[in-house]
Amino acid sequence: MATLLASLRSPRGLLTVLVLVLLAVLPLLTQAFDQRYLLSIGTRIVIWAIAAVSLNMILGYGGLVSFGHAVFFGVGGYAVGILSANGLHSGWLQWPVGILAAATWAALVGTLSLRTRGVYFIMITLAFAQLVYYIGAGLEAYGADDGLNISRSRFPGVIDLRDKASFYWLCFVLLCGTLWFCQRFANSRFGFVLRGAKSNDLRMTALGFPVFRYRLAAFTISGAFGGLAGILLANEGAYISPAMMSWIKSGDLIIIVVLGGMGTLFGPLYGAIAFFALEEFLPPLLDLGGKDWGEYWQIVFGPMLILIALYARGGIDSLLGRTEGRRNG
Amino acid sequence: MEYLLLQILNGVQLGLLMFLLAAGLTLTFGIMDLVNLAHGSLYMMGAYIAWTLIAWTDSFVLGALLTLPATFVLGIVVERVVARRLYARDHLDQVLATFGLILFFNELVRVIWGPAGKSIAVPRFLAHTIEIMPGAPYPAYRFAIIVVGAAVALLLAWLVARTRVGMLIRAGASNRRMIAALGINIELLFSLVFGLGAVFAALAGLMAAPVTSVKIGMGDDILILAFVIIVIGGIGSIKGAFVAAMLVGQIDIIGRAFLPDMLKTFLSPSAAASAAPSISQVLVYVLMAGVLIWRPTGLFGQRN
Amino acid sequence: MAEPLLRTDRLIKRFGGLVATDTVSIDVHPGEIHALIGPNGAGKTTLVGQITGNTVPDSGTIHFAGRDVTRLPTHARVRLGLARSFQITSVLREFTALDNVALAVQAHAGHSFRFLADARHDERLRAPARRGLEAVGLKERADTPAAALSHGEQRQLEIAMALAGDPKLLLLDEPMAGMGAEESLHMIEFLRALRGRRAILLIEHDMDAVFQLADRITVLVYGRAIASGTPDEIRANAEVRQAYLGEEAAGTA
Repeated sequence: MATLLASLRSPRGLLTVLVLVLLAVLPLLTQAFDQRYLLSIGTRIVIWAIAAVSLNMILGYGGLVSFGHAVFFGVGGYAVGILSANGLHSGWLQWPVGILAAATWAALVGTLSLRTRGVYFIMITLAFAQLVYYIGAGLEAYGADDGLNISRSRFPGVIDLRDKASFYWLCFVLLCGTLWFCQRFANSRFGFVLRGAKSNDLRMTALGFPVFRYRLAAFTISGAFGGLAGILLANEGAYISPAMMSWIKSGDLIIIVVLGGMGTLFGPLYGAIAFFALEEFLPPLLDLGGKDWGEYWQIVFGPMLILIALYARGGIDSLLGRTEGRRNG
Repeated sequence: MEYLLLQILNGVQLGLLMFLLAAGLTLTFGIMDLVNLAHGSLYMMGAYIAWTLIAWTDSFVLGALLTLPATFVLGIVVERVVARRLYARDHLDQVLATFGLILFFNELVRVIWGPAGKSIAVPRFLAHTIEIMPGAPYPAYRFAIIVVGAAVALLLAWLVARTRVGMLIRAGASNRRMIAALGINIELLFSLVFGLGAVFAALAGLMAAPVTSVKIGMGDDILILAFVIIVIGGIGSIKGAFVAAMLVGQIDIIGRAFLPDMLKTFLSPSAAASAAPSISQVLVYVLMAGVLIWRPTGLFGQRN
Repeated sequence: MAEPLLRTDRLIKRFGGLVATDTVSIDVHPGEIHALIGPNGAGKTTLVGQITGNTVPDSGTIHFAGRDVTRLPTHARVRLGLARSFQITSVLREFTALDNVALAVQAHAGHSFRFLADARHDERLRAPARRGLEAVGLKERADTPAAALSHGEQRQLEIAMALAGDPKLLLLDEPMAGMGAEESLHMIEFLRALRGRRAILLIEHDMDAVFQLADRITVLVYGRAIASGTPDEIRANAEVRQAYLGEEAAGTA
């Protein structure tokens, strides 16, 4: 509590608290101002933030450029969808299966890909994601390319996911849980090994750490949280399709993490907010400049990404000044 | 028997197109150490520019020939404005910035050519079939793709193996610092290689256009396939890119052509028809994973 | 004499046509400082690589602490008590000096699959780490990021990291490289204090330091160990004088 109060004094802490409070009461605000559309954007932001935080565990803290993270959207989502299409609607079954499936797939991919380096790692994670993508696209029974409408997970007597506000709050609570875990994780013994290996993996090996095992564990944990985000995404739209795990989505997730600030706790959340805000508000902003300019917003967003990559790698988090004491990363 | 031969030819044709795309990618990768996701955009731009120039000149051949210098210039511009700032950056920066380029080019195409796809007609003098074997007619245009693709592959092999530029390219792909030590104008060499890669990508795009279609994002998925090819072949290796492109071409076509019949023995016809292309894609990725597990730097990659 | 702590037996490693180490057999006994010298390209780095497990020998065996470790991965050898410092300074630059040593302590404090407790407030790691920093004279610099330390301080930090696991053998790859005269003297004093308590395999170019510190010296030339003995024996060895030391170095030592 004391640290929480202390953090309020810095601009970073103040902003974080502000953002979290705003997110916590978002359904009330959208109801009060009758902007229900904003709640659906808010839900997507929160779900993508969970996925981005999970990617940040390996990308930001581990320095591993995984280019296939959206595959966990797919694995989690399809676990829900396939069970649901076969008449198994209980969330108590679907969710653990989805998370377990994502973790298992992550462990398998990690075992094979973490032996490669640099660009080969980027490409092999991408390839495994594409592999699942095409499997999804080939599942005629589950809609193939077109995807499949599903019914939402059921938690009878606990929560009704069809209610938009309840579903949003569930996502928000899960985001908070994910952030809490990530904070502990990053500063734990495990997190130190992971971050040390990012800094200098030869050194970590020479100190006696079997770096591969720690990276594999991190990859698996990250996949499990990614799977959770996929489960939520499938429930948000009551719909699954291979498009949710296309490589473009994996790219979007990397953008979100970098945009917000790699290897920082709240960076991925800021990144998700900024990403969806740009998507929603850049078009109307451009429309002010001229008729129908907004339709072509990506012509602005593309070069923006280039500029961020070239000149602003610290992301939004770094705009808030340096972290007190030691940098995470 | 004839069917098999025709499918193998289709595989060769796809393989050669993929090789054209992969060649530029593997060179920029090997020499400049650049992960260029926007290479697929150059493929798309090639097809769109060709569509315009063919309409303007009212001649497929003339339009296609004009497309090549146009995309060379485009490649140089991309290199000068964006790519060269990325050579010394880490791969994550490169992925991010060239991802931005993809968004930019996709949107640029929408602004200039509109959201609807375009089609380029097969040129009239190739709009017939030829008999490769008695009783096995094959579209002349597809055959022309094979001829042009093979010719360009040979040209590239000659360029890399026999010329001074090729010597520098080979030296650069195996040891980047060496060309610097040779006192070569590296900036010029890099621009040249990038421009050349753009021309090859555009050539692949424009030749594929009459067979597939010209649409926004047409380069996005094929780009991933090209990456898979250069990773299988070994980054920086032209020979590797060629071998891998041929392998991937055959797997893809054979999968599409023969899997449906095989799958029908235990799946419904419609399920078989939708599963087959996916399985052939999956096979390509399984091949890549297998190669990387066996040889972590690809078939012909540098090992250290 | 007792069983040596480290013993390599006829190690051969080829790179293409080049034989980097040619049937090299050396041993290090508990508590002694064994120096490995030789001109550039003599195969010292390759030999170090094979001992630490970064390079796999083509033939020959390595025994450490009574076990055949020839096929053991690096981290497993470290667990057995083999610690090293690097020729090119290798610290975790983004971490503070104390964090660096704490991580070295952590490497020997059981597995690190602990996800929730804050490692920076873990006295089981921090207290030994602080003692380690103090021992090498970096106590005041504990909270400084490693990247901000001077070159000499980074080398001291490396030694602290190597010592953190209480290793049986310390493999020091040119610990004096790039140090000023005063820093070198400081390091020599420090290593001299370790003598008898820890076995050290010392690779070093600084001949003054080697002849002051070493109990035994092995000379490596073109991948072969041409001589091995006490500093006096090495000084007197005609082959060594001719092949490597030269009259001048032998005279000054």
